[in-house]
Amino acid sequence: MAFINLKKKEVQVKIVYYGPGRGGKTTNLEYIYKKLSRRIKTEMVAIKTHGDRTLFFDFFPFEMGKIKGYDIKIQLYTVPGQVKYNATRKLVLRGVDGVVFVGDSAVVRREKTILSLENLKENLATYNKDIFQTPLVLQYNKRDLEEQGIPVLPIETIDQDLNSELKAPFFEASAIVGTGVIPTFKKITAMTIASLEKELK
Amino acid sequence: MAYVLKQTHLEDIEEILENYLPQAGIHCVLLIDMAGNIIAEHEIGKTKHDIPSLAALSAANFGAVNALAKIIGEEEFSVLFNKGERENIHFSKVLDEFLLVCIFDNEVSLGLLRLKIAKAIGKIREILES
Ligand SMILES: Nc1nc2c(ncn2[C@@H]2O[C@H](COP(=O)(O)OP(=O)(O)O)[C@@H](O)[C@H]2O)c(=O)[nH]1
Ligand SMILES: [Mg+2]
Repeated sequence: MAFINLKKKEVQVKIVYYGPGRGGKTTNLEYIYKKLSRRIKTEMVAIKTHGDRTLFFDFFPFEMGKIKGYDIKIQLYTVPGQVKYNATRKLVLRGVDGVVFVGDSAVVRREKTILSLENLKENLATYNKDIFQTPLVLQYNKRDLEEQGIPVLPIETIDQDLNSELKAPFFEASAIVGTGVIPTFKKITAMTIASLEKELK
Repeated sequence: MAYVLKQTHLEDIEEILENYLPQAGIHCVLLIDMAGNIIAEHEIGKTKHDIPSLAALSAANFGAVNALAKIIGEEEFSVLFNKGERENIHFSKVLDEFLLVCIFDNEVSLGLLRLKIAKAIGKIREILES
Protein backbone atom coordinates (compact mmCIF):
# COMPACT_ATOMS: atom_id res chain seq x y z
CA MET A 1 0.00 0.00 0.00
CA ALA A 2 1.46 3.29 -1.07
CA PHE A 3 2.43 5.79 1.59
CA ILE A 4 1.60 9.45 1.05
CA ASN A 5 3.72 11.79 3.16
CA LEU A 6 1.99 15.15 3.33
CA LYS A 7 4.91 16.75 5.16
CA LYS A 8 7.45 16.01 2.45
CA LYS A 9 4.84 15.99 -0.32
CA GLU A 10 6.12 12.57 -1.26
CA VAL A 11 4.58 9.28 -2.37
CA GLN A 12 6.27 5.91 -1.93
CA VAL A 13 5.05 3.04 -4.09
CA LYS A 14 6.08 -0.58 -4.35
CA ILE A 15 6.25 -2.39 -7.67
CA VAL A 16 6.97 -6.12 -7.73
CA TYR A 17 8.22 -8.22 -10.65
CA TYR A 18 6.59 -11.64 -10.38
CA GLY A 19 6.77 -14.79 -12.47
CA PRO A 20 8.20 -18.29 -12.81
CA GLY A 21 11.78 -19.04 -11.78
CA ARG A 22 14.31 -18.25 -14.51
CA GLY A 23 11.74 -16.19 -16.43
CA GLY A 24 13.88 -13.04 -16.44
CA LYS A 25 12.69 -10.94 -13.47
CA THR A 26 16.17 -10.26 -12.13
CA THR A 27 17.38 -9.55 -15.67
CA ASN A 28 14.64 -6.90 -16.01
CA LEU A 29 15.73 -5.15 -12.82
CA GLU A 30 19.40 -5.32 -13.75
CA TYR A 31 18.68 -3.73 -17.09
CA ILE A 32 16.58 -0.94 -15.57
CA TYR A 33 19.24 -0.33 -12.93
CA LYS A 34 21.92 -0.05 -15.58
CA LYS A 35 19.85 2.33 -17.68
CA LEU A 36 18.90 4.54 -14.75
CA SER A 37 22.09 4.23 -12.74
CA ARG A 38 22.85 7.92 -13.02
CA ARG A 39 19.64 8.64 -11.16
CA ILE A 40 19.99 5.98 -8.47
CA LYS A 41 22.15 6.73 -5.49
CA THR A 42 22.36 3.27 -3.96
CA GLU A 43 23.55 -0.19 -4.86
CA MET A 44 21.05 -2.76 -6.00
CA VAL A 45 20.32 -5.20 -3.18
CA ALA A 46 20.22 -8.85 -4.23
CA ILE A 47 19.63 -11.68 -1.78
CA LYS A 48 20.58 -14.75 -3.75
CA THR A 49 21.93 -18.29 -3.49
CA HIS A 50 25.46 -19.36 -4.42
CA GLY A 51 24.05 -20.46 -7.75
CA ASP A 52 22.92 -16.88 -8.43
CA ARG A 53 19.24 -17.68 -8.04
CA THR A 54 17.07 -15.15 -6.24
CA LEU A 55 16.58 -16.37 -2.67
CA PHE A 56 14.48 -13.55 -1.29
CA PHE A 57 14.38 -10.51 -3.57
CA ASP A 58 16.25 -7.95 -5.62
CA PHE A 59 15.61 -4.33 -4.76
CA PHE A 60 16.40 -0.77 -5.63
CA PRO A 61 14.63 2.56 -5.12
CA PHE A 62 14.14 5.07 -7.88
CA GLU A 63 12.98 8.70 -7.87
CA MET A 64 10.58 9.39 -10.69
CA GLY A 65 10.25 13.13 -10.35
CA LYS A 66 7.15 15.13 -9.52
CA ILE A 67 3.50 14.46 -10.24
CA LYS A 68 0.87 16.94 -9.04
CA GLY A 69 3.53 18.46 -6.82
CA TYR A 70 4.41 15.18 -5.15
CA ASP A 71 7.84 13.55 -5.33
CA ILE A 72 7.27 10.01 -6.55
CA LYS A 73 9.58 7.39 -5.07
CA ILE A 74 9.34 3.95 -6.59
CA GLN A 75 10.66 0.81 -4.96
CA LEU A 76 11.29 -2.04 -7.35
CA TYR A 77 11.38 -5.63 -6.14
CA THR A 78 11.58 -9.07 -7.68
CA VAL A 79 10.35 -12.23 -5.98
CA PRO A 80 12.09 -15.61 -5.96
CA GLY A 81 10.29 -17.58 -8.65
CA GLN A 82 11.00 -21.11 -7.56
CA VAL A 83 7.92 -22.94 -6.30
CA LYS A 84 9.54 -23.85 -2.98
CA TYR A 85 10.06 -20.22 -2.00
CA ASN A 86 6.39 -19.33 -1.69
CA ALA A 87 6.70 -18.12 1.91
CA THR A 88 9.31 -15.50 1.03
CA ARG A 89 7.53 -14.64 -2.22
CA LYS A 90 4.42 -13.80 -0.23
CA LEU A 91 6.41 -11.53 2.09
CA VAL A 92 7.70 -9.47 -0.82
CA LEU A 93 4.13 -8.92 -2.04
CA ARG A 94 3.13 -7.28 1.21
CA GLY A 95 1.89 -3.77 0.50
CA VAL A 96 2.39 -4.08 -3.26
CA ASP A 97 0.96 -1.30 -5.44
CA GLY A 98 1.70 -2.61 -8.92
CA VAL A 99 2.81 -5.91 -10.45
CA VAL A 100 4.74 -6.86 -13.58
CA PHE A 101 4.24 -10.50 -14.45
CA VAL A 102 7.22 -11.78 -16.43
CA GLY A 103 6.16 -14.86 -18.39
CA ASP A 104 8.56 -17.20 -20.16
CA SER A 105 7.75 -17.60 -23.85
CA ALA A 106 9.58 -20.91 -24.22
CA VAL A 107 7.16 -23.74 -25.03
CA VAL A 108 8.77 -25.92 -22.36
CA ARG A 109 8.02 -23.29 -19.70
CA ARG A 110 4.39 -22.87 -20.63
CA GLU A 111 2.93 -24.73 -17.68
CA LYS A 112 5.30 -23.14 -15.13
CA THR A 113 4.29 -19.70 -16.35
CA ILE A 114 0.57 -20.46 -16.09
CA LEU A 115 0.99 -21.89 -12.58
CA SER A 116 2.99 -18.89 -11.47
CA LEU A 117 0.19 -16.53 -12.51
CA GLU A 118 -2.27 -18.67 -10.54
CA ASN A 119 0.08 -18.45 -7.58
CA LEU A 120 0.15 -14.66 -7.91
CA LYS A 121 -3.65 -14.53 -7.73
CA GLU A 122 -3.65 -16.75 -4.64
CA ASN A 123 -0.94 -14.79 -2.87
CA LEU A 124 -2.61 -11.45 -3.59
CA ALA A 125 -5.82 -12.91 -2.20
CA THR A 126 -4.11 -13.65 1.12
CA TYR A 127 -3.66 -9.88 1.42
CA ASN A 128 -7.30 -9.34 0.38
CA LYS A 129 -6.16 -8.01 -2.97
CA ASP A 130 -7.94 -8.87 -6.17
CA ILE A 131 -5.70 -9.21 -9.21
CA PHE A 132 -8.36 -7.46 -11.29
CA GLN A 133 -8.13 -4.41 -9.02
CA THR A 134 -4.32 -4.33 -8.96
CA PRO A 135 -2.31 -2.41 -11.57
CA LEU A 136 -0.78 -5.20 -13.67
CA VAL A 137 1.36 -5.42 -16.79
CA LEU A 138 2.27 -8.68 -18.49
CA GLN A 139 5.59 -9.21 -20.16
CA TYR A 140 6.14 -12.10 -22.58
CA ASN A 141 9.87 -12.51 -22.24
CA LYS A 142 12.60 -14.42 -24.08
CA ARG A 143 11.16 -13.78 -27.53
CA ASP A 144 14.74 -14.05 -28.84
CA LEU A 145 14.90 -17.78 -28.12
CA GLU A 146 13.28 -18.45 -31.46
CA GLU A 147 16.42 -17.26 -33.22
CA GLN A 148 18.35 -19.97 -31.42
CA GLY A 149 15.92 -22.57 -32.69
CA ILE A 150 14.20 -22.98 -29.33
CA PRO A 151 10.43 -23.26 -29.76
CA VAL A 152 8.53 -20.29 -28.34
CA LEU A 153 4.80 -19.82 -28.00
CA PRO A 154 3.17 -17.52 -30.55
CA ILE A 155 2.12 -14.25 -28.88
CA GLU A 156 -1.56 -15.10 -29.44
CA THR A 157 -1.11 -18.38 -27.56
CA ILE A 158 0.72 -17.02 -24.53
CA ASP A 159 -1.71 -14.10 -24.41
CA GLN A 160 -4.62 -16.54 -24.56
CA ASP A 161 -3.02 -18.59 -21.76
CA LEU A 162 -2.45 -15.70 -19.39
CA ASN A 163 -4.49 -12.75 -20.41
CA SER A 164 -7.84 -13.90 -21.79
CA GLU A 165 -9.65 -12.77 -18.64
CA LEU A 166 -7.24 -10.21 -17.23
CA LYS A 167 -7.01 -8.14 -20.42
CA ALA A 168 -3.96 -6.40 -19.02
CA PRO A 169 -1.53 -4.46 -21.19
CA PHE A 170 1.30 -6.68 -22.38
CA PHE A 171 4.73 -6.31 -23.96
CA GLU A 172 6.94 -8.67 -25.88
CA ALA A 173 10.43 -8.63 -24.47
CA SER A 174 13.91 -9.94 -24.59
CA ALA A 175 15.19 -8.80 -21.25
CA ILE A 176 18.68 -10.12 -21.84
CA VAL A 177 19.23 -7.52 -24.56
CA GLY A 178 16.76 -5.04 -23.07
CA THR A 179 14.01 -5.12 -25.68
CA GLY A 180 10.66 -4.31 -24.10
CA VAL A 181 12.07 -3.77 -20.61
CA ILE A 182 11.71 -0.01 -20.42
CA PRO A 183 8.24 0.09 -22.06
CA THR A 184 7.05 -2.48 -19.49
CA PHE A 185 8.53 -0.42 -16.66
CA LYS A 186 7.05 2.83 -17.93
CA LYS A 187 3.63 1.28 -18.31
CA ILE A 188 3.49 -0.19 -14.81
CA THR A 189 4.70 3.01 -13.16
CA ALA A 190 2.14 5.06 -15.10
CA MET A 191 -0.68 2.68 -14.20
CA THR A 192 0.33 2.47 -10.55
CA ILE A 193 0.53 6.22 -10.15
CA ALA A 194 -2.75 6.68 -12.03
CA SER A 195 -4.39 4.32 -9.52
CA LEU A 196 -3.32 6.69 -6.73
CA GLU A 197 -4.25 9.88 -8.50
CA LYS A 198 -7.58 10.28 -6.71
CA GLU A 199 -5.68 10.37 -3.46
CA LEU A 200 -3.20 13.01 -4.61
CA LYS A 201 -5.06 16.24 -4.13
CA MET B 1 -4.94 2.21 -2.46
CA ALA B 2 -2.81 4.38 -0.26
CA TYR B 3 -2.66 5.64 3.26
CA VAL B 4 -1.90 9.19 4.22
CA LEU B 5 -0.19 10.70 7.23
CA LYS B 6 -0.77 14.35 7.97
CA GLN B 7 2.03 16.86 8.31
CA THR B 8 1.34 17.46 12.00
CA HIS B 9 1.41 13.74 12.76
CA LEU B 10 4.66 13.25 10.90
CA GLU B 11 6.17 16.18 12.72
CA ASP B 12 5.11 14.70 16.04
CA ILE B 13 6.63 11.34 15.10
CA GLU B 14 9.89 12.95 14.02
CA GLU B 15 10.03 14.85 17.25
CA ILE B 16 9.71 11.61 19.18
CA LEU B 17 12.52 10.02 17.17
CA GLU B 18 14.69 13.03 17.85
CA ASN B 19 13.91 13.65 21.48
CA TYR B 20 12.77 10.48 23.13
CA LEU B 21 15.78 8.31 22.49
CA PRO B 22 19.15 8.78 24.15
CA GLN B 23 21.35 10.78 21.80
CA ALA B 24 24.78 9.40 22.57
CA GLY B 25 25.62 6.27 20.64
CA ILE B 26 22.49 6.14 18.50
CA HIS B 27 23.25 6.70 14.84
CA CYS B 28 20.00 6.17 13.06
CA VAL B 29 16.34 5.69 13.93
CA LEU B 30 13.71 4.80 11.37
CA LEU B 31 10.01 4.27 11.43
CA ILE B 32 8.98 2.13 8.46
CA ASP B 33 5.94 0.13 7.47
CA MET B 34 5.89 -3.58 6.74
CA ALA B 35 5.94 -2.93 2.99
CA GLY B 36 9.32 -1.24 3.42
CA ASN B 37 8.09 2.35 3.05
CA ILE B 38 9.90 4.96 5.12
CA ILE B 39 7.59 6.93 7.41
CA ALA B 40 10.17 8.94 9.32
CA GLU B 41 13.93 8.91 9.69
CA HIS B 42 16.43 10.53 11.98
CA GLU B 43 20.16 10.24 11.38
CA ILE B 44 22.62 11.50 13.91
CA GLY B 45 26.25 12.29 13.20
CA LYS B 46 28.13 11.78 10.03
CA THR B 47 27.51 8.12 9.22
CA LYS B 48 25.23 8.07 6.22
CA HIS B 49 23.44 4.79 5.72
CA ASP B 50 21.57 3.60 2.65
CA ILE B 51 18.14 4.21 4.20
CA PRO B 52 15.90 2.78 1.43
CA SER B 53 17.83 -0.50 1.44
CA LEU B 54 17.80 -0.56 5.24
CA ALA B 55 14.04 -0.15 5.19
CA ALA B 56 13.45 -2.81 2.53
CA LEU B 57 15.68 -5.35 4.27
CA SER B 58 14.31 -4.60 7.74
CA ALA B 59 10.71 -5.11 6.65
CA ALA B 60 11.58 -8.32 4.82
CA ASN B 61 13.71 -9.63 7.66
CA PHE B 62 11.04 -8.90 10.22
CA GLY B 63 8.47 -10.61 8.01
CA ALA B 64 10.69 -13.66 7.61
CA VAL B 65 11.39 -14.02 11.33
CA ASN B 66 7.71 -13.73 12.11
CA ALA B 67 6.85 -16.37 9.52
CA LEU B 68 9.37 -18.56 11.42
CA ALA B 69 7.58 -17.74 14.68
CA LYS B 70 4.31 -19.05 13.29
CA ILE B 71 5.98 -22.28 12.14
CA ILE B 72 7.22 -23.05 15.63
CA GLY B 73 3.89 -22.12 17.17
CA GLU B 74 4.75 -18.66 18.49
CA GLU B 75 2.36 -15.82 17.87
CA GLU B 76 5.21 -13.46 16.99
CA PHE B 77 8.65 -12.15 17.91
CA SER B 78 7.79 -8.52 18.40
CA VAL B 79 11.37 -7.47 19.17
CA LEU B 80 14.54 -8.46 17.30
CA PHE B 81 18.09 -7.55 18.08
CA ASN B 82 21.27 -8.07 16.03
CA LYS B 83 24.58 -7.56 17.74
CA GLY B 84 27.70 -6.60 15.83
CA GLU B 85 31.31 -5.76 16.68
CA ARG B 86 30.65 -2.03 16.70
CA GLU B 87 27.10 -1.46 15.50
CA ASN B 88 23.89 -3.08 16.61
CA ILE B 89 20.36 -3.04 15.24
CA HIS B 90 17.20 -3.20 17.28
CA PHE B 91 13.78 -3.77 15.68
CA SER B 92 10.47 -3.39 17.42
CA LYS B 93 6.97 -3.67 16.11
CA VAL B 94 4.61 -0.71 16.44
CA LEU B 95 0.97 -1.74 16.03
CA ASP B 96 0.61 -4.39 13.32
CA GLU B 97 1.85 -2.40 10.38
CA PHE B 98 4.95 -0.52 11.52
CA LEU B 99 8.47 -1.17 12.66
CA LEU B 100 10.89 0.99 14.63
CA VAL B 101 14.50 0.37 13.60
CA CYS B 102 17.31 1.67 15.75
CA ILE B 103 21.04 1.52 14.93
CA PHE B 104 23.43 2.17 17.80
CA ASP B 105 26.94 1.45 19.02
CA ASN B 106 28.24 -0.19 22.18
CA GLU B 107 28.23 3.06 24.16
CA VAL B 108 24.53 2.62 24.64
CA SER B 109 23.26 0.45 27.45
CA LEU B 110 20.80 -1.99 25.95
CA GLY B 111 18.61 -1.87 29.04
CA LEU B 112 18.25 1.89 28.91
CA LEU B 113 17.68 1.80 25.18
CA ARG B 114 14.89 -0.75 25.53
CA LEU B 115 13.19 1.37 28.15
CA LYS B 116 13.36 4.47 25.98
CA ILE B 117 12.22 2.60 22.91
CA ALA B 118 9.21 1.27 24.76
CA LYS B 119 8.29 4.82 25.79
CA ALA B 120 8.77 6.15 22.28
CA ILE B 121 6.64 3.36 20.84
CA GLY B 122 3.84 4.19 23.25
CA LYS B 123 3.85 7.78 21.99
CA ILE B 124 4.09 6.83 18.32
CA ARG B 125 1.26 4.36 18.71
CA GLU B 126 -1.01 7.09 20.07
CA ILE B 127 -0.31 9.21 17.01
CA LEU B 128 -0.76 6.42 14.50
CA GLU B 129 -4.00 5.27 16.09
CA SER B 130 -5.57 8.71 16.07
N1 LIG C 1 17.51 -15.93 -24.16
C1 LIG C 1 17.09 -15.16 -23.17
N2 LIG C 1 17.51 -15.42 -21.91
C2 LIG C 1 17.07 -14.62 -20.92
C3 LIG C 1 16.17 -13.53 -21.16
N3 LIG C 1 15.93 -12.93 -19.98
C4 LIG C 1 16.62 -13.60 -19.04
N4 LIG C 1 17.32 -14.63 -19.61
C5 LIG C 1 18.21 -15.58 -18.94
O1 LIG C 1 17.40 -16.47 -18.16
C6 LIG C 1 18.07 -16.82 -16.96
C7 LIG C 1 17.22 -16.49 -15.76
O2 LIG C 1 17.05 -15.09 -15.68
P1 LIG C 1 16.75 -14.36 -14.29
O3 LIG C 1 16.60 -12.91 -14.58
O4 LIG C 1 17.73 -14.77 -13.27
O5 LIG C 1 15.32 -15.01 -13.95
P2 LIG C 1 14.44 -14.87 -12.63
O6 LIG C 1 14.54 -16.18 -11.93
O7 LIG C 1 13.06 -14.62 -13.15
O8 LIG C 1 14.96 -13.73 -11.83
C8 LIG C 1 19.39 -16.07 -16.96
O9 LIG C 1 20.38 -16.93 -17.42
C9 LIG C 1 19.14 -14.94 -17.95
O10 LIG C 1 20.32 -14.53 -18.59
C10 LIG C 1 15.77 -13.29 -22.51
O11 LIG C 1 15.03 -12.37 -22.83
N5 LIG C 1 16.25 -14.15 -23.46
MG1 LIG D 1 15.57 -13.68 -9.90
